[in-house]
Amino acid sequence: MTNAIEVTGLVKTFGATRALDGLDLTVATGEVHGFLGPNGSGKSTTIRVLLGLLRADAGTARLLGGDCWSDAVALHRRLAYVPGDVTLWPSLTGGEVIDLLGRLRGGLDAGRRDQLLERFELDPTKKGRTYSKGNRQKVALVAALASDAELLILDEPTSGLDPLMEAVFQQTIREVTDDGRTVLLSSHILAEVESLCDRVSIIRKGRTVETGTLAELRHLTRTSIAVEAERPLEGIEQLAGVHDPEVEGTRARFDVDTAHIDGALRHLTRFGVRSLTSQPPTLEELFLRHYGDEMAGAGAGVEAGAGAGAGADGVEASS
Amino acid sequence: MSGGGIAAGGGVGPGGGLAAGGGAAVAPGAATAAGPSTADVAGATGTVGTAGAAGATAGRTAGPGGTLTGTLTLVRFILRRDRVRLPVWILGITLLVLSTASSIEGIYPTQADLDTAAQTARDNAALLAFQGPDYGLDTLGGQVVFNVGATGYVAVALMAMFLVGRHTRADEEAGRTELLRASVLGRNAPVTAVLVVQAGAFVLLGALIVLSLLGQGLPTAGSVVYGAAMGAFGLLFACVTAVTVQLADHNRPALGLTGVVLGAAFVIRAVGDVGDGTLSWLSPMGWAQGSRPYAGERPWTLLLLLGTAAVLVAVAYYLLAIRDLGGGLVPPRPGPPTASAALTRPGGLALRLQRGALISWVAGLALSGVSFGSIAQDVGDLIGDNEAMEDVIAQAGGDLTEAFFATALLMLALFGVAFGVSSVLRLRSEETGGRAEPLLATALSRSGWATSHLAIALGGSVLVMAAAGLGVGLTYGVAAGEMGEAGPLLGGALCYVAALWVVVGVAFALFGWLPRAAVPVAWTVVALCWVIGMFGQLFELPRAVIELSPFEHVPEIPAEDFTLAPVAALVAVAAALLALGYAGLRRRDAGY
Repeated sequence: MTNAIEVTGLVKTFGATRALDGLDLTVATGEVHGFLGPNGSGKSTTIRVLLGLLRADAGTARLLGGDCWSDAVALHRRLAYVPGDVTLWPSLTGGEVIDLLGRLRGGLDAGRRDQLLERFELDPTKKGRTYSKGNRQKVALVAALASDAELLILDEPTSGLDPLMEAVFQQTIREVTDDGRTVLLSSHILAEVESLCDRVSIIRKGRTVETGTLAELRHLTRTSIAVEAERPLEGIEQLAGVHDPEVEGTRARFDVDTAHIDGALRHLTRFGVRSLTSQPPTLEELFLRHYGDEMAGAGAGVEAGAGAGAGADGVEASS
Repeated sequence: MSGGGIAAGGGVGPGGGLAAGGGAAVAPGAATAAGPSTADVAGATGTVGTAGAAGATAGRTAGPGGTLTGTLTLVRFILRRDRVRLPVWILGITLLVLSTASSIEGIYPTQADLDTAAQTARDNAALLAFQGPDYGLDTLGGQVVFNVGATGYVAVALMAMFLVGRHTRADEEAGRTELLRASVLGRNAPVTAVLVVQAGAFVLLGALIVLSLLGQGLPTAGSVVYGAAMGAFGLLFACVTAVTVQLADHNRPALGLTGVVLGAAFVIRAVGDVGDGTLSWLSPMGWAQGSRPYAGERPWTLLLLLGTAAVLVAVAYYLLAIRDLGGGLVPPRPGPPTASAALTRPGGLALRLQRGALISWVAGLALSGVSFGSIAQDVGDLIGDNEAMEDVIAQAGGDLTEAFFATALLMLALFGVAFGVSSVLRLRSEETGGRAEPLLATALSRSGWATSHLAIALGGSVLVMAAAGLGVGLTYGVAAGEMGEAGPLLGGALCYVAALWVVVGVAFALFGWLPRAAVPVAWTVVALCWVIGMFGQLFELPRAVIELSPFEHVPEIPAEDFTLAPVAALVAVAAALLALGYAGLRRRDAGY
């Protein structure tokens, strides 16, 4: 299989700021690729380089077999883009913007446009300035999804959408990928990424820190185990790959590196297991694990922890 | 609750005090608010509402709590945001007055020189139309006021227009006002705060002008009245803009409305000053100039400015009370659900976005042309009546009517260049507004996108100058019965298109290479062209400096004959600048 996006060693600086610092990203044709990273980690900068809007200082960025910078216009006929912050022309209606962007790209499917307007419940006769944030987002989504572009580049496309519209979005993306099209999805909604994406790249400070399928990423991380045994549990602390053990007599909770699960379970069975729950790491935990120390350092841990719910409790301060 | 109350009290009390000290126009409204704020701190909300409603100048601010709550906080905030802009405007205008004052002394060293100059000016309708009435022209002070002239008043009005628009409708359009108004902030606070800042700025500007003039040894009374006139005229236009930003739902058309008011004030005054002066009383610029600095001061005419300003503040408060935040007075209507073929063909979007501005500019320049064309008739009469004019004609090296037309066309071109520059800079505002990004992510190339707006800027320059030339030529043709002049005048106006294109080219080259500096630098270039065009002779600038302005290379038809070489050279320079701009645009990052 060929790759729709191939980025290696991408560097982009803005004055003293190093926005991208040797970033790698590979998106295979036909997959939905999740692109994760905290605010300011370089996601939008990467996407703007892919679109040929920014010129990279070093590294290569290739899209659909062409160069992002020098072949930009030709490549743009084959892709559709949804910006994270959609700004519309105040005097143009949503319908006009959809047609404008579609025709500039080389035409759009009128039937599909109308169908999408209906599914997203968007009124195309309203002027740009009267749309809410969610509706502005819908205008850009309909314009992108009504095209027959083989690559969709979506930068936080569902920010501002309500849960119903989020469901419509996910359904539409599945239809798109059934047609064999490729999607690069930058998102903060981890449930959305877990449900849609085949593979995920996590970036941080302009570098890719993790990339692979969700299963592969989980393999690199820890599983939470809660166990109750017949006899008091002993020796859990000494087991290889165990972290944060909390042992109270016959009950214990701990995290274990996925590679050491087998050893841990063998040890537990010696005490007569009554009940055992094991929880694979959620994407949220993966995400928090990679940014945990950064957030702790920045004093932003409270906010992130609250947002991530219970999953944040087990996060360790090292990655 | 108490926290909010204290914040409100702290915000309004001193704010009201500042306003009272800063300018008479806003003092009544702001001063009233000091009452309710004290009551608010005491926790008597009911009393506050009544007190606020009964006392407010507008009489319609019936909501509970002060409609001016938070004004002082905003005043500080505006001062912070304008910490560069305000000093630049104030010092720029002060410098204009100061440099005029210091050069006048050198030009007219003796009373005999002044007398000659006064006679010359009185008999020159073009000068009267562009600069103002002939008060005290045989004094140094009178000459300073006359030479700064209408340009000075236009400059203070523009300062007020841009700064008020920036802190009112522009913020509202961008959604920033919503954020602020959701906090403890009264409905009238944003507009009041900016007017307080403007009042303070104009008091300061007026004082600096007075000091500059006194420093040149000019009489005290005249200096004070002139400083006050400049400040009061600026404050009036701050209040005019405070109203226009309530009427239009976007900053651009709102400033356009203020521009129309300013243009009308200028033209009515120009026609009045060339005639017997009666018409000038209909123009606020006439009121400002009617204060007669250095020529038997009449400071009471400035009360007309301040009184009108106070009325306008009341109107602005009233409009704020009856309209929705973010809206204008006309509710939004649904538009077409699909795009027309005209919108999506190449250049269609640019034309659609700039159509309104283009039509306004063409109409504005045509009207200005008509007004100059109608004054030209009086110039002819003046020559007929006055025997002393023969000398002047000899000095000018030609027909005085022709000299008038040459100056009129130059002035119209200096108006027109503002269209060209604002049109090409639309590219930058589209880019920084994030609206270029989705377009450039389609199969539209950067060059194609830029060309669509450049076409409007370049083609529109032709249209505005044609409209100006036809306005002058046809009006004069009808009025004087000399239709034969219409052709040459149109041709003369079109020659200036080459100069407009050069400035558009400079703006585009800046956009290509130094996008962040493009807007301020391009407008500085326009301002310099204006200063060279209007004051180059007066300041006795070196020839090398004067020739930096492309406008100085255009043949001054009809006073001079048409020559192709300079026009062709300007077009070539413009083409080179455009090519440079394209090269930069292809190379640089987009969207920043």
